[in-house]
This record gives sequence, structure tokens and C-alpha cells, in this order.
Amino acid sequence: MALLSPLLAIGLTVVAGFIIFALIGVAPLEALYVYFIEPLTQSWSLQDLVVKATPIILIAVGLSVCYQSNSWNIGAEGQLAVGAIFGSALPIYFPAWHGPTILPLMLILGAVGGMAYGAIPALLKTRFGANEILTSLMLVYVAQLVLDWFARGPWRDPAGHNFPDSRAFDDGQLLPVILGDSIKLNVVFMLIAVVAVWFLIRKTITGFQIATLGQAPRAGAFAGFSQARMTLFTFLISGGLAGLAGICEVAGPIEKLRISVSPGYGFTAIIVAFLGRLNPIGILFAGFLLALSYLGGEGAQVALGVSEQITRVFQGMLLFFVLACDTLIFYRIRLVRRPAHQASLRTAEAPHGNA
Amino acid sequence: MAALQITKDFATLRANDHIDFAIRPGEIHALLGENGAGKSTLVKILYGALQPTSGELRWKGKAVTIPNPAAARRLGIGMVFQHFSLFDALTVAENIALALDSAHRLAALRERITRVSAEYGLPLHADSIVADLSVGERQRVEIVRCLLQEPQLIIMDEPTSVLTPQEADDLFVTLKRLAAEGCSVLYISHRLEEVRTLCHHATVLRHGKVVAECDPQKETAARLASLMVGAELRELSAPQPVSASAPVRLSLKNLSMPKPHPFAVALDRVSIDVRGGEIVSIAGVAGNGQDELFDALSGEARADRADAIAIDGVPCGRRGVNARRRMNAAFVPEERLGHGAVPRFRLSQNVILTRHATGDGLVRSGTVNTAASRAIANRVSTTFDVRKGSPDPEASALSGGNLQKFVVGRELDRKPGVLVVCQPTWGVDAGAATTIRQALIDLAEAGSAVLVISQDLDEILEISDRVAVISQGRLSVPHDAHGITREGIGLLMGGARAH
Repeated sequence: MALLSPLLAIGLTVVAGFIIFALIGVAPLEALYVYFIEPLTQSWSLQDLVVKATPIILIAVGLSVCYQSNSWNIGAEGQLAVGAIFGSALPIYFPAWHGPTILPLMLILGAVGGMAYGAIPALLKTRFGANEILTSLMLVYVAQLVLDWFARGPWRDPAGHNFPDSRAFDDGQLLPVILGDSIKLNVVFMLIAVVAVWFLIRKTITGFQIATLGQAPRAGAFAGFSQARMTLFTFLISGGLAGLAGICEVAGPIEKLRISVSPGYGFTAIIVAFLGRLNPIGILFAGFLLALSYLGGEGAQVALGVSEQITRVFQGMLLFFVLACDTLIFYRIRLVRRPAHQASLRTAEAPHGNA
Repeated sequence: MAALQITKDFATLRANDHIDFAIRPGEIHALLGENGAGKSTLVKILYGALQPTSGELRWKGKAVTIPNPAAARRLGIGMVFQHFSLFDALTVAENIALALDSAHRLAALRERITRVSAEYGLPLHADSIVADLSVGERQRVEIVRCLLQEPQLIIMDEPTSVLTPQEADDLFVTLKRLAAEGCSVLYISHRLEEVRTLCHHATVLRHGKVVAECDPQKETAARLASLMVGAELRELSAPQPVSASAPVRLSLKNLSMPKPHPFAVALDRVSIDVRGGEIVSIAGVAGNGQDELFDALSGEARADRADAIAIDGVPCGRRGVNARRRMNAAFVPEERLGHGAVPRFRLSQNVILTRHATGDGLVRSGTVNTAASRAIANRVSTTFDVRKGSPDPEASALSGGNLQKFVVGRELDRKPGVLVVCQPTWGVDAGAATTIRQALIDLAEAGSAVLVISQDLDEILEISDRVAVISQGRLSVPHDAHGITREGIGLLMGGARAH
């Protein structure tokens, strides 16, 4: 049952994709092949798949903790950006620092930055009752503008021909490659996070608190669990993992701070969390699927000349279908006979009618 | 309405076994039986919520199939549910508007609600939000909603369980008037005295079969009860007198609490002492501060003074619920599902809910000890005869009576020195109610202090040593329960002050 809805959603997305490709005048079967199969046929694109899936999964497992406790962090994209800014401060202010300590410190700073930024909507909620969905989402745009300002302003590389980038980080300031040509150490962080979150939810009393407060807040209070503390805790976890993902992008594939460090991984992770049923193992699979949608989108753009927006279209359809399947699996649509209802409506609404 | 040879199978379980049953116009007909006897199944078939496996329904002599509740309502069959089907976020009027099959203007509907509720002695504000209503008030919404549809057959599932005797009497007047007007009433209740005074006819179900039909006015309550359970009911042992020198184990001193939300009740200088070995009951109509008092006692809401509440002489008004549990106090709230237990959690997980911080070894260096919690769940299930379909089912899979036995048993298993329990047997069948009440008496006899917040006067008179009444957030002076009558408590519950 838990698998039914995501699998149905994937099937429906493929069908809808077929129709969309046909409508925009692209051979649908070829397009679907380019989109979903071709990226899986070559070693470099498989590695690229892992590189793209890593931050998405890292963020999504954090968000799953949040969502299970009934807190709604929509701002992982912003926490990612702040993590990238915090972590980048070291190599930018100390370009000559190459010792073994700088990379761990960058990673810690990145996670701390994400946590601090995630704590803002949590505190706004617990102190003032502000809706965390709105505040965390709005803070994304603030974070992106701050990142933009750093990259164009104080942290721009003076020798960078006026490009809005920081100086390129050196080897000691970058994550080492551990597999193939491009898979870096952050894959290990991602796997650790998957296992750790699984353990947290399934085995610990904290996981029990998360589930209790998420499902029955009144029972949570009766058990002596604090909703406010849990809100802060889950925002710190999800923010921290998003921040870690942010600095790992900068110290990974990008190798410097830019005005944009993510193609929307923080938002894609929301889809992944739900597609993976808020379960770390499910999220692992869902993360690779959504990473494929990025790769397929790029492939389709090059091979078929369709807009790069096709990635967004596929991701949107996937979320739409998974939510729709969830709803329709649990609820039945019944058509109600309209005439009888309207007749009674008329008698009720028109007491001075010609009856 | 008549049911002929109605049979309903759920997989291997036969919930209704060739049931014959008829209710005549103007008759108040009681349907008796323990939880699990098949009452709910039969009623759902009559109301169109379930379809019989075999058998026939007749309405006014004609064979009918009732495909759904809307069809039942069109025929003129209305139902008042025991478990409320109301939307918390909507007002009373909006909830009622939703249930009516035809569209109504809200203003006109509000007026009708006010009129009908006043007419039938069920005071309601059409604009109150349901979330802020007490259980008793929610039930009134259900009753009024049903009456608005002008039904010819009303099915009532435990309608009086949260009313005062006077309110119940008013309802009986209403029901009798409806019956005199030719409306039939199918009346499900565990209160046998009530059935005896009100109903013309009774059908008793046991294990899905009709075991007796009788005129309840000619039977004793004991005989009805034994028909239901198939054996003579165990008599409760009489409470032992408590010596005045027994230590005070739970003490409230001028406990005042502000309203937690605009529709709640503020507590006003509530004082009471409960001694070891004693059961003290707090009677009162729903919505007079019982929920607020329970939250203050459990520590879910904290008092502003530490000495407002003392357990075994130690002030704890500012402490949280787990700190009070560690002082050997235990609490059982009124709502079983969603407050006392998490519906989608297994029983073993629900054990952890209240016992994770009380030194039961359920949490070891941050991880949950599933084996230990399962052992406790099994122990509680055995001791309190919790009947369940699988070894460790989700709480929502248990019937009301069995879940209540589990929720009470989970706390009694700790042998608490102080027990605060709210509505211990609400909506629970006679057998389970006896088990629970006897367990409370046994606990008190072992030297614990037991405070019962209840709206069930039979229960209060049966188990209490002393009784006080809460009204509008104020508590009366406690009376000796042996020298008080139902009417005496009833008058206090209606707002008369004891001072």
C-alpha cells in the first residue's frame, strides 16, 4: 500500500510526459528514451546521477524528520544557500589555509549556518505563532539575495574578470573524489545521514517523540513531550543537513561560491521526501529518480531542443500525481445527482416562489 | 421497521446471526448487549452504513434496501452516534448544515437550531466552534442535528451518557413526546435503570444472536445485565471506610487557572484533599471545568503556584506531567484516542507514551526497549482481559471498552500512589465497566488516593467514598457519598452551590 501511490504516480508521470511530448511535436517514445533511459547508459552520466542525487537525498532525509513531526520546513533551499555562504567564508578569507583542518571546519560551519537559518522560522513559530510554511519559504528569497550580494560584492574574485564568482577553492579546500571521476566524499555523508535518520526514527525515544507529536499532539503533551522544543529540533536537523548539502555543493562540483549554488535542490527534496514516503530508504530511491529528471531535462534540451523548463514540468507532475494518488487511494469520488439538489436548493432559497 | 433473519459476516466473524427484530410506530425500543455483541453492526445495517450478507429489511411493511445513510435519512431514519462525526473547525450551525441533504440558508438554520435545542432541553449556541465544545455539548449537537431532519425512526446510541439526571429526564420527556407523536426510537444504552424506566420493549443481543426479547419494565436491572453478559454480574466489593488519620496523598489548595482559550472554563480556587485508601469523585455536567481541572492535575497545564497542588505532601504545581508521574502519580484522560493513546500506535508503543520516564526500563541510553514495552502491554492485556485480534494491534483497532481497559490498566500496572482518572467507563460495556471500577476500588484499598472525574452518577454512587461537584470552574465542598441521593448530586450539578 505504501508503495502503490509512488509507483502509480511515476507511471502516470510517464504517460502524461508522453502526451506532452506528442503535443509539442516531439516523437514521444524517443523523447522518453532520451529523458529516462539514456542517462543510465553511460558511465559519466551515471556518476553525474549520483552527484545530483546526493544533495537532494541529504536534504530530503532531514525534511522527512521535520514533516513527520508535523512541522513544515519549506525553506531548505535557503538553508542550503546560507550553509554555502558560512562554509565558504573560510577559504575566501584564508585562501592560503590548506591544512587538514580547513575542510572539516568548512563543513561544520556550513551545517551550523543551515541550522541557524532554520532556527529562525522555528523560533518565529514557537514565540509568535507565525506560520512556518510562510516564513521558511520567504526566508529562501532573503537567503538567495544575501548569497547574490556576497558573490557580486565583497567576496567577488578581484582577478575574476568581473564574473560574479568568488576565487576558485584549492585542492585542500575541496571534497576529495572517492569514486570514478566525479563522485566525492559527500556521498558518504549522504549515506550516513540516511542510516542515522532511519535509526533516529525507528529506534530512539526522540523518534518516538517525533511520531507522537506528529500524529496526536494532545497525546504528545500527555506524554510530557514539548511541541515547541520538537519544532526547534526538527528545524535544526533539517536546516543543518541542508546547510551541509550547500557547502558540499560549493566544495564539491562547483568549487567556488557563485550567485546560485543549487538548481532548486531544496525544493526538489520536498518532492523526494513525499515520494519516498518520509522513509529514509524510500527517499534514497526517490532521490535518484528526481536526480534523473534533472539529467533527463538536460539531455532533452541538448538532443531534442525542448526548453529546460521540461525538468520543472516533470517534477511538478510527479508531485501532483503522488499527492493525487494519496488522496484518491484514501478517498472515493462520488458523483452526486445535481437536479435533486438544485430543486431542494430552489425551494429552500425561494420561499416566496410560485409554489 | 422490521429486520428479518439479518446476517452479516466479516471474513470469518459472524457479527449478526439471523437476527429478527421489529420496532413499531411510537415505540421506544431498547437494544441491549455488551460491546462486540453485534449492536453496532445491526444499527449500521438499519442506517444503511453496512449491507447485510443475507436477510431482509422492511420499512412500513415494504421490503427495502438501504444503500447508504442518505437513503436512510430520506426514508425518515435518523441516527445519533456515540462517536461524534463532527468537524472540529466548523461551528455548530455549519456542522448541522453539512449533514442536511438539502441546502439551507445558515441564518434560518441558526434560528431553527436555537428553537429546536431550546424546545428539547438541549441548550446550544449555533455559532460555537465544535473544537471548543465539551463531549456533552458535542453530543447535543448530534441530537439536535438528528431532530432537525424530522425523522420517523431515531436511532440513539448512548445518548444520555454525559447528561445530568435532570437533563436526561428532559431528554426522556422529549423522547416520550416524540413517541407519542408516532416516531419510533431505537435506544441503545448500557444504563439498565434508564432502559427500564423509558423503554417499552427490549431486544438483547449476545455474540451476534438475539438471546432475549422482553418488556424491560417487568425485569430487574440485574436480570437484564445477566441476559447481556450471559452470566450473573460480579458484585463490586463495598468500599471500606477510610480512617481520618490516613495520610492526605493528593491535595489541591486554591488552585486557580485562567481560561486556556475563550470558550474554556477558568478554574476558581479549587480545593480538595484525597486521602490514601479513598475514592473521591468529582461530578458535574460536561463543560464545567473538568477538562481544565484534569490538565491542571496532570501537569499538562501548569499552575502559577507550586503549592496549589501537592502529591504526598510535596508541592508540584509547577512541575510537568512526567515529574508528577515520577512522584508515583498516574493519570487517565477522558479521550482514549488522541489523548490517552495514539490511534495509529501499537499497544506496546502506547505503553511507552506514559511510561517512558518512570523508570520502567523502557528507554536505555536514548533507544526504545521494544521487548520491555511489549512485555508490559501483554501483562496489562492479561490482567485486565483486553480482547484484541492480534498480539500487538494498533490502539484504533480495539473496541472502546477494551481500549479503556488497556488505558486504565497501563497506569494501574504501575501501582500508583495517586490516580486521577476522567470518565473511567464512558461508553464502555457493563462487563468492562465492572472490571475497571473494581480495579479502582482495589487500588484504593491498597492505600492509594483515587480521584475520579465523572458524569456518570451510577458510577459515582457505586464506587466513591466522598463526592464533590464542579460547576463553572468551582468545586463544592465534598459530601459523604453514602448519605447522598442521585437527586441531591443532580441539584448540585445543575449549579446550586453547596456552601
